[in-house]
Amino acid sequence: MSWKHRLAGEDEDLVVEQALRNFKASVDAWSEVAWSESASRPRTPVRRLGQGWRLATGWALGCVLAAGSVAGALYERRHTLDLARIAAAQAAAEKIEQVQLASRQKTPGQTDQDLLATVDSDISRAVPAAMEPLAQMMDEKSADDSGTQQ
Amino acid sequence: MTVVTAEGVAAQDFSRVVEVHRPQIFRFLLASLRDVDLAETLTQECFLKAHRNWGRFRGDSSPMTWLMRIAINLQKDHWRNRRMQFWRQTRANAVDLDEAGEWLPSGERTAEQRMLARERVAQVWSVVGNLSERQRTVFLLRYVEERELSEIAQATGLSEGTVKAHLSRALGRVRAELRGTR
Repeated sequence: MSWKHRLAGEDEDLVVEQALRNFKASVDAWSEVAWSESASRPRTPVRRLGQGWRLATGWALGCVLAAGSVAGALYERRHTLDLARIAAAQAAAEKIEQVQLASRQKTPGQTDQDLLATVDSDISRAVPAAMEPLAQMMDEKSADDSGTQQ
Repeated sequence: MTVVTAEGVAAQDFSRVVEVHRPQIFRFLLASLRDVDLAETLTQECFLKAHRNWGRFRGDSSPMTWLMRIAINLQKDHWRNRRMQFWRQTRANAVDLDEAGEWLPSGERTAEQRMLARERVAQVWSVVGNLSERQRTVFLLRYVEERELSEIAQATGLSEGTVKAHLSRALGRVRAELRGTR
């Protein structure tokens, strides 16, 4: 290595050394100012490492609120639909009742005749066993009567 | 000595440790993170952790080395958490590299010398900002905290050879950066 290169190397080392010394001085000066400022400032407990939990809690609360409002809206809609369905069913039942009443009022004679026929058949079926021969005789007689008439 | 008295002595010892080493830990974290608020917070965390584990400190290393190790781990956790974030928050409190170079005590004689010195300090800051986390830690412990290689090895959990290699690479980059402007 020539003396020129050696001199250049030594010069470079000096520059690097000086730069590193100044770098340390700059860190020291900055740190001292920041330290004294922070010491004079009222200290608030800043906990950045816990920010993740706060953020997660915020998100969870937000999600719960959003889910709650969606569920509320769905419940309200369903409730309204149910009420409408009940009202429609009531209206239909009333209409049917009205129609039945109207039809009954239109043909009262027929209804009475039907009722009498039902009662007759019920009575004729309810003949006690002791009266069975008499009933048979009556049937025969009525058959005979109808035969003579023919 | 009763238990109460021993605890009292330990508490006194710890407050002395805090008093002596707190500004140094803060300075290291500040240089490493370039964020005053974050450096303060991590310094608080560091001494909180140290206080919790003070009873288990056996004195194998100096309290400063032990504290520095806690600070380095906290800093690692911080960077890891930042990497894990899906969205990166901009560091509103972080100081720009040029701004960090402004903190130069005016020891130089002429205005030109002052300007040159400031420029070179800014260049060193720039190199430090671009070093890997491990290289930066080793570099700052050596050239700002002026720790011995053995202490750096203890604080970082690296071997002395690895520390030397990291220092050599970091210094090479500083040298190259400074050579560029000459």
